[in-house]
Amino acid sequence: MNGGPKAPLLRMSGVGKSFLGVPVLHGVDLQVRAGEVHALVGENGAGKSTLMKILAGVHRADAGTVELDGERVDFAHPVGAREAGVATVFQEFNLLPERTVAENVFLGREPRGRGLRAGVDARAMAAETGRLLEDLGLTAISPHAPVRSLSVAEQQIVEVVKAMSQSARIVSMDEPTAALAGAEVELLYRLVRRLRERGVAVLYVSHRLKEIFDLSDRITVLKDGAKVATADTADTTGADLIRMMVGRPVSAVFPEKIAGTEAGGVRLEVSGGGNERLDGIDLQVRSGEIVGLAGLQGSGRTEIAHALFGIDRFTRGELRIDGERAVLRSPRRAVRSGVALVSEDRKTQGLALHRSVLDNGRLVLDAVAPRRSRARSGRLPGIFSSLELVARSPSQEVRFLSGGNQQKVVLAKWLATDPSVVVLDEPTRGIDVGAKHAVYTLVRRLAADGAAIVLISSELPEVLGLADRVLVLRDGRIAGELPGGVSEEAVMEMAVGGAP
Amino acid sequence: MSPRLGTTGLVYVALLAILAAGAALAAARGQELFTTANTVDLLTRSSLLGFVAIGQTLVILCRSLDLSVGYVMALCSVVGATAMAGQTSRIWLGVAAVIVVAGLIGLANGLIVTRLGVNAFITTLGMGLIIKGYLDTRFKGPAGEVPAEFQLFGYTRVGVVPLSFAVMAAVAVLAVVFLRRTRTGVHMYAVGGDAEVARMSGVRADRPLLAAHVLCSVTAGLAGLLIASRFGTGSTLVYSSGYELESIAAVVLGGTYLLGGRGGVGGTVAGVLILATLDTVFNVLGVDPFFKDVLRGTIVIAAVALYARRQVDRAATPPRFAAPSRIPLLRGGRP
Ligand SMILES: Nc1ncnc2c1ncn2[C@@H]1O[C@H](COP(=O)(O)OP(=O)(O)OP(=O)(O)O)[C@@H](O)[C@H]1O
Ligand SMILES: [Mg+2]
Repeated sequence: MNGGPKAPLLRMSGVGKSFLGVPVLHGVDLQVRAGEVHALVGENGAGKSTLMKILAGVHRADAGTVELDGERVDFAHPVGAREAGVATVFQEFNLLPERTVAENVFLGREPRGRGLRAGVDARAMAAETGRLLEDLGLTAISPHAPVRSLSVAEQQIVEVVKAMSQSARIVSMDEPTAALAGAEVELLYRLVRRLRERGVAVLYVSHRLKEIFDLSDRITVLKDGAKVATADTADTTGADLIRMMVGRPVSAVFPEKIAGTEAGGVRLEVSGGGNERLDGIDLQVRSGEIVGLAGLQGSGRTEIAHALFGIDRFTRGELRIDGERAVLRSPRRAVRSGVALVSEDRKTQGLALHRSVLDNGRLVLDAVAPRRSRARSGRLPGIFSSLELVARSPSQEVRFLSGGNQQKVVLAKWLATDPSVVVLDEPTRGIDVGAKHAVYTLVRRLAADGAAIVLISSELPEVLGLADRVLVLRDGRIAGELPGGVSEEAVMEMAVGGAP
Repeated sequence: MSPRLGTTGLVYVALLAILAAGAALAAARGQELFTTANTVDLLTRSSLLGFVAIGQTLVILCRSLDLSVGYVMALCSVVGATAMAGQTSRIWLGVAAVIVVAGLIGLANGLIVTRLGVNAFITTLGMGLIIKGYLDTRFKGPAGEVPAEFQLFGYTRVGVVPLSFAVMAAVAVLAVVFLRRTRTGVHMYAVGGDAEVARMSGVRADRPLLAAHVLCSVTAGLAGLLIASRFGTGSTLVYSSGYELESIAAVVLGGTYLLGGRGGVGGTVAGVLILATLDTVFNVLGVDPFFKDVLRGTIVIAAVALYARRQVDRAATPPRFAAPSRIPLLRGGRP
């Protein structure tokens, strides 16, 4: 670190913000130094994203001041923030899928050429983006590729590159690793450390405590819109942090199997399943059993989830649910056969953003069993509260919830249907530590009630802590099976295929 | 870049196919499709719709819409003809008046959409009705007079190419350059693709939308001038010819996505030519007018369904076995 107490580059003092009269931030102070990675943590709905958006010029604070390098700023538009040297990676997907990588990276500040190349200089844009990607070791991503052709992880990396390319003094990142796993997270670490070396102030939001401790120099904790503390990472333990965030101790261990949970008959059986991206998938899940799927991003985990849910079905092999042959031609069929999918991408697959929390909770019920929907939706409030959902009221539109709370609505919607097979694809993405524990308990509860559960997560400890068995995938095939509770290394070794 | 034919390329292939099929059908009946008269008629028809459709493309790219273009055309033909008042010296005055009037209407449309947040469909429908009301009460027939020199704009041709078509093509080229080379143009795609993403990336999202509405009205105004030059006078009744919907049909036929963010003027010109070719072919073959519309409708729907299919194909991630995820390879080669 650059020794000596320096004046902070960013100083936010007494920042307050209300949405439609409901206060979301009160009197938050935050100071970030140049060359520091400053973590911002807190529960879902604590106000982390809102604070970042004020800094980014997306929202305007109602109270308090923001100073950059001692100079007071008040951005009315994201343009202002960018011009003042603030770059942001937002929690929401923020690229144009139809445009190329280069066009996205330079969106809003396209370089202009001279003479014959007057006007927006597409060639310079592509060349500069190529140089940037190369400099960061990302040669596999072409500047000319349309963003929609990239994997989710690559898109996320492009967002980071877009922020890095602005030569900003402050780069803030809101859960940049939510869509990343394994090697990709390492890559992000490298990028963040690079920014720190350049003397950039990095503001970093994540729910993964490991990242906070791996990366950050200091940590600020928010709770219910107020600052709890700022601490040096070196002097803080995980337990301290959780206590400050949640306000109560949260068990760091995974909840035990609920007494009386027994592996019963086979509920889900796939033999020789395959399609364009999968091959030779044999999978058996009994009632009461939790089977984890592990593997690198793109190894076929999500593809299996999609096939089980009728999105891209198996074109080879056989699938049986409760002993009966099922051809899952569409998600509707899958739901009717008792399959539930808590999907990876809540913005595009899980939620009607403009409808209320309650409507979203009833979405699946209404779709498959409209007549019984009313009776069954009576359980929703109970499910919402067991997930610790923070919403102003059941009639609040889902798009106004914080990211993590949106994920809880997705979970609730499926739990309400009493599924016999539950496929959880990254169920805790973006969910805070306290609520994660609630989700784990719920998964245990589902198993105790006799559901067959397939659990996919890029957070290995989660899979290892909950699953009875773990299937490791590699290149669209099952590389092997391990018992629950094995070491992470054993899984990783199998996932990458050991030495060639 | 892509080895596969882009949508614009596909539209041009379709145009050629329709031209060939039409010529063959006509020949089978012992008639000729490409007589000078037919060709001139086809190109003239295209130039009128072309002006309107170029502007409409810009608006649609921004995920907006302009239903007032037919009325703007009618109004501008009257404004132009009255301002010229039959005098050669006043030609430029007429042209300038049209551009100013059309530009102001577009500005009003754009401001209502961006500042007041009124849906573009409603805004431009309302604007159209306002203009219609004005025209219906003020003008009971043709108005103004265009000098003979200005009529040359409508009637001159070089070989089989009418001057008006050449001007339309030039405007199309300008529009293509505008969309590629100016920030405002590039940002039209961004705003139409996702206005929120554009804003968060530091694009002032109102500006491209405003510009698109202004330019759309101005091109409709140019179409109005062309009408005046052909009729020799301002004609209020063109608004009943359905140019607003016809232009939208041409735009989507040209492969521009109705919900914005994708497409371009090149495709639109082909779309316009396809519609005009169909008309010419139907006329030559003497197709029943009712059946003509049925065919046109079917073709537009089929084309858009085709583009939507291609889009679905392209959106699918590449097959797992063909293209492994690239990121794990970043860290020093394969594991
Ligand atoms: N545009 C908005 N309108 C109304 N309420 C909002 C809006 N944006 C956020 N909120 C509310 O503000 C609170 C804080 O949200 P914010 O997104 O900042 O939380 P967060 O700390 O980022 O949570 P997460 O970890 O889940 O992303 C939430 O209760 C949310 O419902
Ligand atoms: Mg957030």
